[in-house]
Amino acid sequence: MSDPVQADIGLALVNILLLGILFVVALSIARIRSLFAIVMLSGVYSLVSAVWYVVVDAVDVAFTEAAVGAGMSTVVLLGAMLLTSRTVKPDKKFARLGPALVVIATGIMLIYASVDLPALGDPTSPVNTGVGLTYLQVNWADTGIPNVVTSVLGSYRGYDTLGETSVVFIAGLAVALLLGFGERSLADSIRKGDRLPTPRESEPAKDEDDAS
Amino acid sequence: MTAAALIAILLGMVLLLIRTLLGPTLYDRVLAVNSFGTKTVLALGLLGFVMGRPEFLDIAILYALINFVSTIAILKFFRYRSFQVPLTGRTGTGGQGGKRNV
Repeated sequence: MSDPVQADIGLALVNILLLGILFVVALSIARIRSLFAIVMLSGVYSLVSAVWYVVVDAVDVAFTEAAVGAGMSTVVLLGAMLLTSRTVKPDKKFARLGPALVVIATGIMLIYASVDLPALGDPTSPVNTGVGLTYLQVNWADTGIPNVVTSVLGSYRGYDTLGETSVVFIAGLAVALLLGFGERSLADSIRKGDRLPTPRESEPAKDEDDAS
Repeated sequence: MTAAALIAILLGMVLLLIRTLLGPTLYDRVLAVNSFGTKTVLALGLLGFVMGRPEFLDIAILYALINFVSTIAILKFFRYRSFQVPLTGRTGTGGQGGKRNV
């Protein structure tokens, strides 16, 4: 891959494959009726989009997508599945025609707007000429961190990031305390004499498509 | 060479995606998604070398950790239908070392 043109073609191929996988996954999330398969596919969607973020050099977004999308939200969605049924109700044939039209119109408008966007990495774009250029020039001498986004988040705005992280952590902690997850509710249910959830040996977990 | 390996891994991801979509049983889907995560880790590692920045390996390691934890969470969910059960220390769960009581 020393030839730059060849490298460009290779990266374009990787982009096409990744975005094609994303397209197929999104389409099947909309079509499949089994909620469990949808949860699994949304995990796949997060993983693939995180890889794509790395390809387009947004490494920090990729980190967040992997931790939140693939890790947390799969578990949260599975927890939500406990409270509801396992399959989507089949709806009428043309019930979603209106929403589909709205989505298609929005998509066309977004594509139309994206024509005006500067090319990826264009040095004359507004993002790269003002403050961004200053950061690019002084970043290495100031911090010695090769990734500019990381140096802005972790060094120039270090206290800001620390505050944000604390706020998010405290919010999560408060929600967990209010809802009483984990050991405390387990201890409560033991005290009340409830039976603990038992493994279902006799009833092998079937897929929801045929278990409905 | 690394680019060819990357393309091969992406094609493998497509195959695993087909298995996730068709997967007759639930475990097929869990296994397919877990393997998909492994493919993601490999693809990220190779991508770093293809793009000339091998420091992306750190991200690949993070993905490997998240993939492992979420697979364990999914499997635990389907064994107990709950996340509130400790994984160790229960008798009769089919685990090898479940001798202690809660």
